[in-house]
Amino acid sequence: MTATNHTATQHLLDMQNVSIVFGGLRAVSNVNLYIDQGELIGLIGPNGAGKTTAFNMITGVYVPTEGNIYFDGKLVNGKKSYQVTKMGMARTFQNIRLFSELSVIDNVKIAMNMHIQYNLPEAILRVKKYFTQEEEVTKRALDLLKLFHLEQHADEMAKNLPYGAQRRLEIARALATEPKLLLLDEPAAGMNPQETKELMEMIRWIRDNFHIAILLIEHDMGLVMGVCERIYVLEYGFCIASGTPDEIKHNKRVIKAYLGGEAS
Amino acid sequence: MNSLRKADLKAFVAAAVIFAVIYGLLQAEVIGAFWELNLVLIGINIILATSLNMINGYTGQFSIGHAGFLAVGAYVGAIMTVKLGFNMAVALIAGTAAAGLLGFLVGLPTLRLNGDYLAIATLGLGEIIRICILNIDYVGGAAGLMGIPRLTSFPLVFWIMVAILFFIKNFKNSAHGRACLAIRENEIAADTMGIDTTKYKVMAFTLGAAFAGTAGVLFSHYFFIAHPASFTFMRSFDILTMVVLGGLGSMTGSVTGAIVLTFISAALADFPQWRMIIYSLTMIILMLYRPQGLFGSKELSMQLFRSLKIGGKKQ
Repeated sequence: MTATNHTATQHLLDMQNVSIVFGGLRAVSNVNLYIDQGELIGLIGPNGAGKTTAFNMITGVYVPTEGNIYFDGKLVNGKKSYQVTKMGMARTFQNIRLFSELSVIDNVKIAMNMHIQYNLPEAILRVKKYFTQEEEVTKRALDLLKLFHLEQHADEMAKNLPYGAQRRLEIARALATEPKLLLLDEPAAGMNPQETKELMEMIRWIRDNFHIAILLIEHDMGLVMGVCERIYVLEYGFCIASGTPDEIKHNKRVIKAYLGGEAS
Repeated sequence: MNSLRKADLKAFVAAAVIFAVIYGLLQAEVIGAFWELNLVLIGINIILATSLNMINGYTGQFSIGHAGFLAVGAYVGAIMTVKLGFNMAVALIAGTAAAGLLGFLVGLPTLRLNGDYLAIATLGLGEIIRICILNIDYVGGAAGLMGIPRLTSFPLVFWIMVAILFFIKNFKNSAHGRACLAIRENEIAADTMGIDTTKYKVMAFTLGAAFAGTAGVLFSHYFFIAHPASFTFMRSFDILTMVVLGGLGSMTGSVTGAIVLTFISAALADFPQWRMIIYSLTMIILMLYRPQGLFGSKELSMQLFRSLKIGGKKQ
């Protein structure tokens, strides 16, 4: 665990003693977690450990009952989801949430909305600014789709894509917001070993190409151990361990949490 | 960029041709007074249907109180000309602004509701507006506001309609329109993509309400009278039916829906006992065989025709 200090730090993301209480349930208790620029961090734990709840607090869906979350030196607590996204965080969902009845390229364009400068009258009257910006957005969206091998599907409806492509599109869409931190909620869910392996390479490639930090929630141990530099382990809302994959593999409490039985 | 402008120009020329033909027929008195009235009504209904489509179709917020905004426009416009002696331009602006302002004020709290709850709230709103009007003596109460000059003409309705259609088309193809579509598709995902969902919901609601206000001004200045009975929730359902018939989320669908239903209703004017039966049968058959509406969420365009042709050849 990192030493706790109750001020904004130089970390990109800093959760300081964060807890959240739902009625009588302490879903997340006193969690300390930090991520630096360009790091690839894993968040693991058994079902119901509070991983997604932690995610939801970081991204502004829930407000922590106690503790503070800082991103880029600014307080996240109480910010709405769209404001958090504007600060430079983007996420994907455990159960894919695409704009399914819209085209693939529109999915990406929507994520670029906050970088568009023209206002409503300018859009209605179609001034030059509208055309230049629309052209640029279309071009950038296509470039992004190319990187994810989706350009041939650009005009298809998102719901008609195969499952793996939908996952890729969700990541591409998140990247279109130009985040500093990308949060992936179980990206390997429903994937076979081969696809998981490709995903692993893709995650690393995203980090290196886009120069961003990534926080990964995952059940697939192979994926997390293979790709993350540091790992946090949650159990019943408590952070029971953190460290490099090797340290985590040999941590008795983690083994106990996952396999049950006595830690000796 | 140029191709987009060209498409706009083509659409404008097409509108001008349609106008010239209908106007010529009207001037030559090939089209009689009855059908002239229905042409004006079609224009007004197109404005109403496409503006409701912005709220229900694009943004996915189920509003069924559109007649309320129509009433606000009709009465505010009539007050301007009858009571205060302004001209039609002022009436149009005032009616539009008043309905838009009301839409904005009502939208802020009610758009936090979803689905059924929003439908009930907007239904209630429409009725509240009507009953308020019913009890205001200044605007004639239950007797209605009479003596409104006929300042609406077919050309006025037609060109205002074209302007509004252009507005809505350009709105849909902008970042703002895409934001609304995103809210319809998945509000949580839209939120996480940095879209201020409340802002865009209120924006669509306000614009939709404002255009309904415009339609209201045109309506009351064609029929000489603004009467509370014209703005019951049945009127709201009429508009909603047009949108659903054409396909939620399709502007050209709403236009078609408005034309078809106004036409059916006018053509059956001589057989009032059959009117509601045929009307309802149309709806039942449509819901059974094409629940997504005539066009679904697609737009009718030359491109669609071309792709249909190519698709046909392949088969």
